[in-house]
Amino acid sequence: MTYVVKPKFHHPELPKNQIGFTHRDYEGAVSTLCAGCGHDSISAAIIEACFELSIAPHRVAKLSGIGCSSKTPTYFLGNSHGFNSVHGRMPSVLTGANLANRDLIYLGVSGDGDSASIGFGQFAHALRRGVNMVYIVENNGVYGLTKGQFSATADPGSKSKRGVVNTDNAIDLVGIALQLGASFVARSFSGDKAQLTPLIEAAIEHRGAAFIDVISPCVAFNNHAGSTKSFDYVREHNEAVNRLDFITGRAPIKIDYAPGSVELVEQHDGSTLALRKLDAEYDVHDHLAALSFLHMHAAKGQIVTGLLYVAPEAEDLHDRLNTVATPLNALGETELCPGAAALDKINAGLR
Amino acid sequence: MPIESVNDFVVQFANVNGSGSASANELFARAVLRMGVPVTPRNIFPSNIQGLPTWYEVRISASGHLGARGGVDLLVAMNPQTWDKDVAGIEPGGYLLYDCTKPLPAAKFRDDINVIGVPLTAICNREYSDPRQRQLFKNIIYVGVLAALLDMDIGEIEKLIAGQYQGKEKLFDANRRALHLGRDWVRTNLEHPIGLRLERANAVGDRIFIDGNSAAALGAVYGGATVCAWYPITPSSSLAEAFTRHCRSLRVDRETQKNKFAIIQAEDELASIGIVIGAAWNGARAFTATSGPGISLMQEFLGLAYFAEIPAVIFDVQRAGPSTGMPTRTQQTDIISCAYASHGDTKHVLLFPEDPAEAFDFGAAAFDLADRLQTPIFVMMDLDIGMNHRLCRPLTWDDGRRYDRGKVMGAAALDAGQEFGRYLDVDGDGIPYRTLPGTHPSRGSFFTRGTSRDRYARYSEEGTAYADNMQRLLRKFESAKDLVPRPLQASAGKPTKYGVIYFGSTSPAMDEAIELLEAKGYALDRLRVRAFPFHSSVTSFIGEHDFVFVVEQNRDAQLRSLIVNECSIDPVRLIPILHYDGTPITARFIARAIAGHIDALKVTPLRKVVS
Repeated sequence: MTYVVKPKFHHPELPKNQIGFTHRDYEGAVSTLCAGCGHDSISAAIIEACFELSIAPHRVAKLSGIGCSSKTPTYFLGNSHGFNSVHGRMPSVLTGANLANRDLIYLGVSGDGDSASIGFGQFAHALRRGVNMVYIVENNGVYGLTKGQFSATADPGSKSKRGVVNTDNAIDLVGIALQLGASFVARSFSGDKAQLTPLIEAAIEHRGAAFIDVISPCVAFNNHAGSTKSFDYVREHNEAVNRLDFITGRAPIKIDYAPGSVELVEQHDGSTLALRKLDAEYDVHDHLAALSFLHMHAAKGQIVTGLLYVAPEAEDLHDRLNTVATPLNALGETELCPGAAALDKINAGLR
Repeated sequence: MPIESVNDFVVQFANVNGSGSASANELFARAVLRMGVPVTPRNIFPSNIQGLPTWYEVRISASGHLGARGGVDLLVAMNPQTWDKDVAGIEPGGYLLYDCTKPLPAAKFRDDINVIGVPLTAICNREYSDPRQRQLFKNIIYVGVLAALLDMDIGEIEKLIAGQYQGKEKLFDANRRALHLGRDWVRTNLEHPIGLRLERANAVGDRIFIDGNSAAALGAVYGGATVCAWYPITPSSSLAEAFTRHCRSLRVDRETQKNKFAIIQAEDELASIGIVIGAAWNGARAFTATSGPGISLMQEFLGLAYFAEIPAVIFDVQRAGPSTGMPTRTQQTDIISCAYASHGDTKHVLLFPEDPAEAFDFGAAAFDLADRLQTPIFVMMDLDIGMNHRLCRPLTWDDGRRYDRGKVMGAAALDAGQEFGRYLDVDGDGIPYRTLPGTHPSRGSFFTRGTSRDRYARYSEEGTAYADNMQRLLRKFESAKDLVPRPLQASAGKPTKYGVIYFGSTSPAMDEAIELLEAKGYALDRLRVRAFPFHSSVTSFIGEHDFVFVVEQNRDAQLRSLIVNECSIDPVRLIPILHYDGTPITARFIARAIAGHIDALKVTPLRKVVS
């Protein structure tokens, strides 16, 4: 709805973050998604996370594929460059963008159709390459823009709005991300902003491939009885393993929990995450245990949420490629062109 | 009559793939070159690693003809599988060199050729016990045999071997010994030299010997490419591999030992072009190298790059289609699929290098053009240029040259209040300004989409905004006509109503065909197209002639269709000359076809004869 324009003025005493931006500076255009869509809550969490971390909005590049979820980058961070690319191909575009300038924050927003079906390959390969990014899948188990077809994350036995029962197995993107070596893996629920916002903050702080699967019910096509991605179903089956309460580094520290229930997690860039553990047994550094924990609860019909895995010593694609510290897009002739004398030498070797 | 020729003949080596013959054959070609005689080698190889037939054809031409000639004057028959066909291909009076260790029935030979038997296997078995050595040295031994038969300067071959095994004395000695074994056997047992001979000449000059893929990759290094994403596909893989090699020697920061490049071998061609588009959107010079099937897979992304106006560079090393067919044979067969790549109304800029030197020039220029025009640029190579060594002028670079980064608006301009509209045509050339992510905290950001937006990149599904954008893209394409490399013309020297248009790897065969045609009294003006969109001189060239031949290496006359379509030319006036069996086009083929057409056009109408 292109005619809806957000008013630019705002209250002069809106709270500002460390770099002087208000919440409004992180907003985007008015959403054109259905009223009550889970995706809008995720956009709100992204806005909140960037405000809290005092990130200059133009230092973020937001990229997406095609679909309802991929439309959302228009609705947050209006002062950031955005790229609405090709269906299922956001990961490759983001990888290229990241190679060109390692200094920006890359936020990839995708959906379950975009990442688990048409773009399953690109999803997999971007994670295994360790691209430094925050990859959010807004997962509703359904194709919204084309009106209600099942996606590959729909659980077998779940019923579509038209009464069709899904018989295919579901792809669990969190399980796949763990197997492929993503160094930060989390799941959350669009209806749980208190859990989601700090997870996004932690993912931004993480250097490496950070993946967050956010269950985000589709109010139009997948919020009915019989669906396993409806608000009611997810609330009833949500099994949170932990809550992230704060992040040090750029954000202020506020500890108000009893020691013992809090675990400090060191990140590669020197920041520290504080986890409030809900499941005393759960260890976020244990890759193998994370996988079996996931499978065990899936078998019980429970949806595990929280920070499921974070690699203590993550490295990213630039580390692996041994690229220079200066962004590649900032290099000019002097740094890149070997010059005529070098070419003469090459010519001489070709005679 | 045995063929008698000095410095002008064709030698063909028929080998088994994976037998180690390639390096021996190249050694032979280089040695001829070192004697100052122009050579053009061509690999004819199957899609196979070991066991299938492969051929290496060396054209030796004192007058510098670099195109394939057709026909074989001397066959080195090392593959029993293809014996009959290979022997049948020898010119009457030509020579057959074969391994006579095992006697062959007389029916296996021809009466009209000269048969030279050398017991290569017997020599090897006598001299070497290791089976691998027997195989490898057999190749060097036949080079020694050729040295004696053709009266070559064996010192040049030894120098080449010495260069190859620098610091590895043992290997050098072993190879030299094998070389001498061959030569000495001929000296003791055969009359030599034969009718084909090599004499030292001075016809090479300062030219270099390089394959097009390697030269194009070097062009990408000089042109400032920092990101390369690719997926292995013959015949383009060696381009990305050459880029990797060049970068390792030319682009590692001396102090930090860090790389000023990023190369990704992607999971497929879709990801390759996606990575290129992402990097180019973010201001790095980026490219992919691929071939026809890859172009097919990239179609959706190419349309996005066209509409989103992303400066991507694509090297397309063309091969025979379709995706699983003849991957190791040359063709110019992706012209239409690149020119109009993707869904929707799209047109793309194509460059047509004729040889490695131009592949270097265009390879570097493509990045300036991409940035200037903010659109994908295709460098249309083919297997014949890409994977074969070709003699060409030395590569040149002007140190005063600066990269043209095109219209990129920076923070200073935005701070100064300069108006920014991503799709706003401020200069009237159809080319808008872009900003790079991260430029300014509050100005100049925009959302990149295919279409569905207005001049300020705001979301819009308005028909007028869409049409306005499409018209601007046409204006931009018009601007490209004067930026891309212009066609080169050559006149017949006398008035003629016939012209010929050609492009890319057809060039050397065309030059030679012109000589053949002129010798027979045919006069043709010619124009070599070097880019699409076509410069206005293409239309005027056609206008100046009654009939214009369009020579290309595909079935459907793709360049001709493009000319008819884009220049609104009456198709009757453009006569297609088409070569598409997967072998490189030859001068003999072109000359015969054009002469045939001209003779047919000259036939006096029946009415005139009767009256």
